Amino acid sequence: MTACRLPHGGRIDRSKRLRFQFDGREYEGFAGDTLASALIANGVHLVARSFKYHRPRGIVAAGADEPNALVTVMRDRARCTPNLLATQVELHDGLVAESQNRWPSLAFDLSAANGLIAPLIPAGFYYKTFMWPRGAWSRLYEPRIRAMAGLGRAPTLPDPDRYTRRYAHCDVLIVGGGPAGLAAALAAADGGAQVLLCDEQAELGGTLLAAGDATIDGKAAPSWLSEIIVALSRHDNVTLLPRTTAFGYFPHNMVALAERVTAHLADPPQNQPRERLWQVRAKEVVIAAGAIERPLTFPGNDRPGIMLADAARIYAARYAARPGSRAAVVTAHDGAYRAALELAACGVEIAAIADARTGPDGPLQAAARAAGLPIRTATTVTGTRGRQRVSAVELSQLASSGSETIACDLVLMSAGMTPSVQLFSQSRGKLRWDDALQAYVPGTSAERERSAGACRGIPGLQAALSDGYAQGEAAAVAAGCQAGAGRAFAVSATEPAQGGMPGAAAAVRRTRQPAFVDFQNDVTAKDLALAVREGFRSVEHVKRYTTTGMATDQGKTSNMNALGVLAQVTGASIPQIGLTTSRNPYTPVTFGTLAGLARRDLFDPVRGTPIHGWAEEQGAVFEDAGSWKRAHYFPRAGETMHDAVKRECEAVRRSVGLFDASTLGKIEIVGRDAATFLDRMYVNSFSSLAPGRLRYGVMLRESGFVMDDGVVARLGADRFHVTTTTGGVSRVLHMMEDYLQTEWSDLEVWLTSTTEQWAVIAVQGPNARKVIEPLVSGIDLSPSAMPHMSMREGRICGVPTRLFRVSFTGELGYEINVPADYGRAVWETIYAAGSAYGITPYGTEAMHVLRAEKGYIIVGQDTDGTATPDDVGLSWTIGKTKADFIGKRSLALPAMAAPGRKQLVGLLTVNSDIVLEEGAQLVVDPRQGVPMSSVGHVTSSYWSPALQRSIALGMVKAGRARVGETLHVPMPNETIAVNVAPSQLFDPAGVRLNG
Amino acid sequence: MLLIRCPFCGERSEIEFRHAGEAHIPRPLAPASLSDAEWADYLYNRANPKGLHVERWRHVHGCGRFFNAVRDTISDFFVMTYKLDDQRPDLAQLAGGQRR
Repeated sequence: MTACRLPHGGRIDRSKRLRFQFDGREYEGFAGDTLASALIANGVHLVARSFKYHRPRGIVAAGADEPNALVTVMRDRARCTPNLLATQVELHDGLVAESQNRWPSLAFDLSAANGLIAPLIPAGFYYKTFMWPRGAWSRLYEPRIRAMAGLGRAPTLPDPDRYTRRYAHCDVLIVGGGPAGLAAALAAADGGAQVLLCDEQAELGGTLLAAGDATIDGKAAPSWLSEIIVALSRHDNVTLLPRTTAFGYFPHNMVALAERVTAHLADPPQNQPRERLWQVRAKEVVIAAGAIERPLTFPGNDRPGIMLADAARIYAARYAARPGSRAAVVTAHDGAYRAALELAACGVEIAAIADARTGPDGPLQAAARAAGLPIRTATTVTGTRGRQRVSAVELSQLASSGSETIACDLVLMSAGMTPSVQLFSQSRGKLRWDDALQAYVPGTSAERERSAGACRGIPGLQAALSDGYAQGEAAAVAAGCQAGAGRAFAVSATEPAQGGMPGAAAAVRRTRQPAFVDFQNDVTAKDLALAVREGFRSVEHVKRYTTTGMATDQGKTSNMNALGVLAQVTGASIPQIGLTTSRNPYTPVTFGTLAGLARRDLFDPVRGTPIHGWAEEQGAVFEDAGSWKRAHYFPRAGETMHDAVKRECEAVRRSVGLFDASTLGKIEIVGRDAATFLDRMYVNSFSSLAPGRLRYGVMLRESGFVMDDGVVARLGADRFHVTTTTGGVSRVLHMMEDYLQTEWSDLEVWLTSTTEQWAVIAVQGPNARKVIEPLVSGIDLSPSAMPHMSMREGRICGVPTRLFRVSFTGELGYEINVPADYGRAVWETIYAAGSAYGITPYGTEAMHVLRAEKGYIIVGQDTDGTATPDDVGLSWTIGKTKADFIGKRSLALPAMAAPGRKQLVGLLTVNSDIVLEEGAQLVVDPRQGVPMSSVGHVTSSYWSPALQRSIALGMVKAGRARVGETLHVPMPNETIAVNVAPSQLFDPAGVRLNG
Repeated sequence: MLLIRCPFCGERSEIEFRHAGEAHIPRPLAPASLSDAEWADYLYNRANPKGLHVERWRHVHGCGRFFNAVRDTISDFFVMTYKLDDQRPDLAQLAGGQRR
């Protein structure tokens, strides 16, 4: 029997002994223990060091509201979870846990020295201090502060567990399996509703799990609870989900639940996920989330052994763990009297009950007096003693100047109960301040939901059951189901407790001991007063400046006290101060649960072309183009990227190259008005394009700026094969649909996305025709029959093809469209046929170099959404006689033709070996002072094998007038001189195209 | 997550839709006849009300159709959706009849 385990009682299973480790020491516990209850049963109270001051801390609560006891649980090297609450970790045999945020040990933590400089590091210190000397911030202060920040250590190995996802619809979702939630479930089930009930704890029951000697309908609470759970489980239409936290409330009654499936098991089965995310769409929701006890804010209120009164009671009643032997009770709420009575019955000596109120007088006070417990009214706490365990409290009368020191090893504190309104607040419901309760309660709902029991300020077991049943019934009826048969609950239990205060205990005398408001972020009442003195008035500012309520517990035990302190300091009322917004998740959720199966290969969809496999086998290096993988270059053995690209470019211009252009966007545009539609969408005139011809199309936004470009083929009077950039196709198609559906619904046009229907094989180079001629049938490839920018339908390798004679390289070339499923076979056949000519596969890098040598732009690289056609030398594409097209009116705005606009030019470095950096800025005078005025920037830059020197394109103010001028590129290590040149650097006359 | 009622497909979750700007702003039939200021106004100026707003939406991951909607910019809830050819609803009347 461990030191503090009570010989009888509790819901632990004494037949199942468990062994566990905490900070390297072995302990014993039982099935049904949490790590916290087992530690308390072993007499261990020091479990943590606080975030900033590294003060010794103990267990304060018994559930999700615990602020201090954060631990790391290690199953193996890959399963190492930090920042778990010891109060929520279910004990299993072999559990290994460690405390956090301390070095070298919990008992002796060097960082406790922070406490000595506490006056220098109050809340918000980093906004005001550690600023001098300037260099010291990045070299000294920041690395040190960063190393001290944080609580647990993140695991370094990938998470090996599986996490899955479920979607569920139900009539009534009930959040909370305490008396109110269970009663609601009974009512809804009675009414025939599909019910889903979830509770964050391993066992349903909530407050019924430690109900003392309460009876319901003549049965002891534990028996009534078991019967109800059995009855609910028998309903086909009821799903009970323990270990499941409703953590987020989303619009239209979508509620997210995190179900912990196997983490509590000593030996989790391999075929089960560790956690499961539920996304539940409920017709109606009942929130039965209960209430959380508030700590009392007094000097020295954070020592190990100082805990919430009801938590202490729960450790004894539910876990048979005695939290101490001699207790002082400090309270402003009746609930602590109940805790005192129950602990006294377990053998804890109650040294004193110090009630901050002047004349508390109710049944609980009478019972305490009858039990002989010493009560002092109008008494507050002015200090505590004890380093790693509380050893005494100092009590002072509010009226007089006397004080009294009471020796104790346990302090029960209670400042009242706070209704849990977080989920209601997340649903965007309006909260209402209840002055009588001194609490925020749910006001007007924004969703189809209602709250029941303590979470809407209705305390006590009887009320929880009746209210729960009523709300459950209302929910079922609102969901279109029946009303239940009606049920009354005959309850005999302790009267609901009265009293409670938010804010700090009255300060009777000056003291250096800090009164903590937010335990987890080490925020004291003094910090809040400091924030107000420094001018922060809005609660949103005070919260962010002091970080109160911003720790992983999200202020469950601190928000109301913080508001109370602010009210006391400013003299305003709490409703005047307001309340910050609750955000999801209610408690921390594992990343894996949110990611589900979308990890590694399934994280992002990857698109590959029909030729991808062939390129992989050839050892191509790939790059990402949106979701596509594209071959970047095809290195041979021993080649660097530079070597490979040089070889590929030279091969294209010398003989013939092979390029996969399948990712290009394609849209089939069909209909009586197709040509009219294209005339309106593009700058070009497409109605004048003859069938069998291609035209390079430029599309603008209505604002007049270049949005996309691509070659358009006319197949017939009413049919066009439009191409777009790889990344722009969905944008272009969306814009086309927009105009067709919302502006020109009178046009008879249909749009079909065909990007993935055609594989596109580019064969480029002086020998291109020779390579493909033997493979093509039904098409006359001779130059006169098929000139540059023409298109023919026929067959290649026996397969249908739309053969385009078009070039993005400036060489004789073709783009061969074949149905995608034939793509690889046709590619391989062309590759084999071209071997006699040394046909060379080339990737996107070589493609970029070859087009840049010709001054062809890439939309989105050379343009940035602010370039007009004229800016990039494309005025010639604009149809002269068109009355209107998208963007035309904007081109006539004065700014669009103003002198000094950036224009596309070529840039040749004076030292031809230097390759400019893309994005580098250009200046006229390199010796001007900083900040310099830029006249332009480099958009594309490469080593050009054809010109045997570096080349670049750039956008330069009044660029075309500057041809011949020298500009300068200031770089960190040097300034590079460049000559402005025309943008078409290689074969400007286009002789090679017409081969 | 928000449910939006596509006039063609019924209620679907918000991730199937794409916002498409303020509704009932037709493209001028004769842009050439507008002054520069009038054209800039058409291009760039849009209402930004606190309260009910008429908007275009597209069921992009569904039927692909554009439609109009009245959305409350404070609560983010949709009050109604209607087809492109339907008459623009009276916002003042709608606001008066709203539950919240």
